[in-house]
Amino acid sequence: MDRNILIGGAAGLGMESLAAILEKTLKRSGAEIFALQDYMSRVRGGHNFFQIRFADKEVHSHKDRLDVIIALDAGTIAEHLERLSPEGAIIADESMEPSDERLTRLPLKKTAAEIGNPKVFGTVALGALIRMFGIPLDIAAAVLRERFDGETADQNIRACEAGYGMAESRYDFSKGSGRESIMIGGSDAIALGALAAGVKFYTAYPMTPSTGILNYMASKMHEAGVVVEQAEDEIAAVNMAIGASYAGVRAMTGTSGGGFALMVEAVGLAGMLEVPLVIAEMQRPGPTTGFPTRTEQGDLKCAIYSTPSDAPKMVIALRDPEDAFYQTIRAFDLADKYQIPVILLGDQYLADCIRTVRPFDFSGVTIDRHLADPTAVSSPMHGEPGAVGNYRRYEITETGISPRIIPGKHPGEVVLVDSDEHDESGHITESADVRIRMHDKRLRKMEFLRTMLLEPEHIGDESAETLLVAWGSVASPVREAIRILSDDHDGGYGALLFGDIWPLPVKALRARADSASRIINVEQNATGQLASLIQEQTGIVCTGSILKYDGRPLSAEEIVNRLKGGDLL
Amino acid sequence: MTMAGDKIDLTVETAWCPGCGNHIILAAVKDVLNDLGKKPHEVLIVGGIGQAPKLPQYLRVNGFCGLHGRAVPPAVAAKIANRDLTVIVNTGDGDSYGEGGNHFIHNIRRNVDITHFVHDNQIYGLTKGQASPTSELGHVTEVQPDGSRNRPLNPILLAIALGCGFAARAFAGDPQQLKEIMAAGIRYKGYALIDILQPCVSFNKLNTYQWYRDRVHPVGSDYDPKNKMLAMQTAMEWGEHIPTGILYYEGKPDFHDGIDFLRNGPPLVDAAVDLEMIRGFMDAFR
Repeated sequence: MDRNILIGGAAGLGMESLAAILEKTLKRSGAEIFALQDYMSRVRGGHNFFQIRFADKEVHSHKDRLDVIIALDAGTIAEHLERLSPEGAIIADESMEPSDERLTRLPLKKTAAEIGNPKVFGTVALGALIRMFGIPLDIAAAVLRERFDGETADQNIRACEAGYGMAESRYDFSKGSGRESIMIGGSDAIALGALAAGVKFYTAYPMTPSTGILNYMASKMHEAGVVVEQAEDEIAAVNMAIGASYAGVRAMTGTSGGGFALMVEAVGLAGMLEVPLVIAEMQRPGPTTGFPTRTEQGDLKCAIYSTPSDAPKMVIALRDPEDAFYQTIRAFDLADKYQIPVILLGDQYLADCIRTVRPFDFSGVTIDRHLADPTAVSSPMHGEPGAVGNYRRYEITETGISPRIIPGKHPGEVVLVDSDEHDESGHITESADVRIRMHDKRLRKMEFLRTMLLEPEHIGDESAETLLVAWGSVASPVREAIRILSDDHDGGYGALLFGDIWPLPVKALRARADSASRIINVEQNATGQLASLIQEQTGIVCTGSILKYDGRPLSAEEIVNRLKGGDLL
Repeated sequence: MTMAGDKIDLTVETAWCPGCGNHIILAAVKDVLNDLGKKPHEVLIVGGIGQAPKLPQYLRVNGFCGLHGRAVPPAVAAKIANRDLTVIVNTGDGDSYGEGGNHFIHNIRRNVDITHFVHDNQIYGLTKGQASPTSELGHVTEVQPDGSRNRPLNPILLAIALGCGFAARAFAGDPQQLKEIMAAGIRYKGYALIDILQPCVSFNKLNTYQWYRDRVHPVGSDYDPKNKMLAMQTAMEWGEHIPTGILYYEGKPDFHDGIDFLRNGPPLVDAAVDLEMIRGFMDAFR
């Protein structure tokens, strides 16, 4: 079983609720889910849709071909009919024109009016849909009872029952491990990861598609004891996060490309002050306002290179919600260990797509702040070990990592940090010699970090002639594409899916590139930024590329078609 | 070898010009902190970029010298992270009112318990003499050869209008009054603004010590700083008669008061992480 449903209509029709109820009903019936939402940058009207794919096996991404369309308006049918399978069905109100033989017209609005709440007409359609798949009514009723209160819940349940009675069973339904899973999107997974890592301060200026993280954090503020503060602008947000981190708590901010551009000076500041910082940069098509609610992977080079001078930093691309959870925890650890800014690079596709995954494993979560005992760090040149008052924030060490303490916690010791070039104690200097030693110290941490990088995940044929390279959320459709290619017995395809991306891990890439006859980069941007980075860092040249930058996510079918059709740039 | 005492001492030699008002302010900050019984590790002074913000370099306290215009955001966040720290922002007029204007506005609204000392010399010193947001109309500089065309910002009036509960004007040439105002500002629970008139002996040939001495007048003992209309009227006085002192005072709940766990729990920096509870958050996704 592998089915795909679309719910479409104008903004403001309650589709978001309807989709959430359907997703939960399917999941609790045992299906594995991947749900995509496509929304316009407006609050009312326009055309928005949700696509819910469900299967009895793990699903990594959305797909194009549709089995059922629930059309809450006529525009939905016109917009998506082309993608509907020949055996597919459309559920719509009886008032619609009978434009297609697959259309089932039901008295959705009339039923809702009879129930006494015109808003529940979508729930009538939902009832008809679950009947088609033979899903028990009581599962949907329980979900509706959780979602709505009192009278509204009763009306929705009556609407669902009425719709259930209007349709007949027509598709098989077989269970996967949906019931044991959690169903989560990237924004919530990042937020949950940050909470698990012990974040105590989250500040941001709202910007789509990063606002979901802020929303989730705010919903847990009092329970988890995390201060969530909406900043006056992104510059304030990042500088506040740095101040809180300096003072000893784990701190984070989130934004999208435009807001990240405003934060760039402070990314350099975190590098210079050697204050740990985690930033979630959720990309959208740019370069300016662009497509606020759509997806792109166009900020890779911006994330890596935008800081003036040579600033230490790490960039981790998030591949899916599960990865997002674990990598967010790891980002806090690395930020503390190396005293650097760590940028988590996500995008709208990652942020907003919801999927079933194994419940996150908290058993391996440990919080190590990598702090020093100030009485143990003094070198012989600067006084007796154990003496008070000898703490030097920027002590030169072999790894480049200086002992870090929390200001205010050690009587007699003070922590002085300065964005000017500084000596070991943090005092401003103009010494050429100190400049070189300090800059080398900061950059030496990056060399140490290089030895700790996670190589990209390899999937597919071990001796693939065609090697795909991808990063971040496009890893999901690539994973699905590789599965389709192997199901077709058309072997010879493998892929490297990059998570850690700056510094770029090169070992697996060098090893795989040697045996592949062609290397194709798959990216959601116009210029192939990963291919360019790979060439810069290794000299390896990608021989073809699959790029997409229309704001819509690449699907596995599209990747397969372009590979097989030779539609490579 | 430096051995730390409990006192807040001067550290390295300053980079300021001889005769600069900053020297007087530095001495006042040191005296006030010691008089209040603060120990070096209990104090955090945050600066941006400019001449004044170098002050944390010269005192044995925790110091954070960040970005130009961005001193206030890290300062309030540090206070949120650890309410046990005495947090002071020490910057100039360009840093506070120019590059950092947006943070100035919104942190008055936020009302975190910090004290903001602005060394207001009505000129850009470090970049060698351009007009600042508080320069007089018509002030001639290399970049403003026809005189500054932009009307000066009135920080005290703006602060009171925004709901600031402690707005004061001091003069570096009156260290006794300066220290009294500083001590009151540090004791005040909430955001306190102290705009300190401070002559720049190198680049401001207009607003000199003598120019200020001829004009500044401490408000009298009968002045009522809790009268908001009077305070706004007094804040608008400038020119031949410049009132100094705590011009407006109003006690009000601060940022920490608005968040139960910040007010009643341990300082955020000491708060434990309840991993079991966070694991429980996953139930909503089942």
